[in-house]
Amino acid sequence: MLSYALRRLGSAIPTLFIIITVAFFMMRLAPGGPFDREKQLPPEIEANILKAYNLDKPIHLQYLDYMKNILRGDFGPSYKYLDFTVNDLILTGFPVSMRLGLYAITIAIVIGVTAGTIAALKQNSLFDYLVMGVAMTGIAIPNFVMAPLLALVFGVYLSILPVAGWGGGAFKYQILPVITLALPQVAYIARLTRGSMVEIMNSNFIRTARAKGLSEKIVVVRHALRGGLLPVVSYLGPATAAVITGSVVIESIFDVPGIGRYFVNGALNRDYPVVMGVVIFYAILIIVLNLIVDLVYGFFDPRVKVE
Amino acid sequence: MLLDVQNLTTRFHTHDGEVCAVNNINFSVEAGECLGVVGESGSGKTQAFLSIMGLLAKNGSADGQVYFDGRQILGLSGNELNNLRGVEFSMIFQDPMTSLNPFMRISRQMTEVLSEHQGLSEKDAVKRSLDLLDLVGIPEAKKRFSMYPHEFSGGMRQRVMIAMALLCEPKLLIADEPTTALDVTVQAQILELIARLGSELNMATVLITHDLGVIAGLSDRVMVMYGGRIVEKAPVRDLFKQPQHPYSKGLLESMPRVDDSNNKSLYTIPGQPPDLQALPLGCAFIPRCEHAFAPCENQVPDLVKISSDRFKACHLEELP
Repeated sequence: MLSYALRRLGSAIPTLFIIITVAFFMMRLAPGGPFDREKQLPPEIEANILKAYNLDKPIHLQYLDYMKNILRGDFGPSYKYLDFTVNDLILTGFPVSMRLGLYAITIAIVIGVTAGTIAALKQNSLFDYLVMGVAMTGIAIPNFVMAPLLALVFGVYLSILPVAGWGGGAFKYQILPVITLALPQVAYIARLTRGSMVEIMNSNFIRTARAKGLSEKIVVVRHALRGGLLPVVSYLGPATAAVITGSVVIESIFDVPGIGRYFVNGALNRDYPVVMGVVIFYAILIIVLNLIVDLVYGFFDPRVKVE
Repeated sequence: MLLDVQNLTTRFHTHDGEVCAVNNINFSVEAGECLGVVGESGSGKTQAFLSIMGLLAKNGSADGQVYFDGRQILGLSGNELNNLRGVEFSMIFQDPMTSLNPFMRISRQMTEVLSEHQGLSEKDAVKRSLDLLDLVGIPEAKKRFSMYPHEFSGGMRQRVMIAMALLCEPKLLIADEPTTALDVTVQAQILELIARLGSELNMATVLITHDLGVIAGLSDRVMVMYGGRIVEKAPVRDLFKQPQHPYSKGLLESMPRVDDSNNKSLYTIPGQPPDLQALPLGCAFIPRCEHAFAPCENQVPDLVKISSDRFKACHLEELP
């Protein structure tokens, strides 16, 4: 299994290389530059700045320099957050993003799987229609609509939660961002679970389990759930990556100091190293999460051999 | 009488209306005997026994009385049935490939039956399970015990299914087309096994099949079903020697015979199995019956006794 994991990571290197290259040149294709101001800088000063950040060389040389640096693990300095390197920003921002993401995905798994399972067992009941209706709504409403809506209701009208801000990571500041992050995932996981549980509950081996005289609880929990959760397991890799990276928008709206916020600001300010650093970091994150899912899948489904 | 079924009717509620899969059937199974149940797909043979087991699909419902060992079991709650299923009577199914849980080791699938019903300790449950695997002829049972179903061949899986069904020494084993999904060479072995276990353990068996050849060597009595009804009941020898219902006769004639000397093509019953949602007013077999006459048109023939142990549902006095 270890050699499988290593091989998988090895085969991710070309993928990563392509992502970095495409991101690098796309970033440069975007109009404007990091040091453009409304007021034109004197040409001598601008030339000095460009020289200081190595931006005066031809672009292919910049690319080679950049590749050399990241091979050494150096993502360069931020152009905007002076005195901060990109490594610093990621190291301070990522724990915040990850915490929100993990809370959100945990909530999504617990509520989504429970609601989906009950909906499947009570197929075509009022509860089923209710869960699926709410889930459909949850999937349909984008987070940049949901976030201000929640802030408005809980922050302004009810005044029970802060509208935005971080408050040094106090619990009440995390509630709305986590809910906003979790909602679409709850909805998606509930639908996924329901669909696969409905199928499993009608399968032959569930009929066998019933014919053996096992109680309904054992039939569902021991026999059905494991197979029923397989689609959820495969979805968890992309989903976890999505809640950690998906916080890009949510972090900006709620003013959370995660890496998503640096990413958005970086993109707006043409802060090339920050954007590149975050893209590479996310790419690695997604590759690793997918690998973990594949390894876990082998544990859930004995027919899949991870070798 | 071990199993006594009276006026069993099974209906399914579908989008296109109600379908009557089993129509008011009566039969019984004696302790230790083997009853063969024959019929085409859709004849109601499987649904009749799923009704008895309480395993109908959600849109199905069964009426009538089913006495097992003198106790009415039709309509019992799931919990009450769970004290009987797998204990007093067991059922094995057509497709052993999908009937075992693919996510669970064989060991767990077997021992859970014993811990659930008899409260056996893990150690005793393992020992009993291994004994059963030996009994059904699984070589190196100990080694294979902790394997997953996909690591077994089709025939071996059906053996595991049988072993699992017999863990609590049931008085009745219902085998629903146990060999249909298996290789021909394996079919005979599995049937032989079921017959042997039936007599060794003095267990009644019901063999549901569409293959009369399967029934011939194994069962004591045969019950032929058509369109949700029983059309003929007879001791197996009598049925083969002299079928009394045109459908039974047609089934027998459409069996390939090794000793047939002339090279004529195999007989088939003309027409299609009946549409259960549009059964004829009279006998369900009428569109396919060469002997049909006036009374068959508008009256369903009752299942009547024609000798001490033979019953038929046909308006004809005697089959020509």
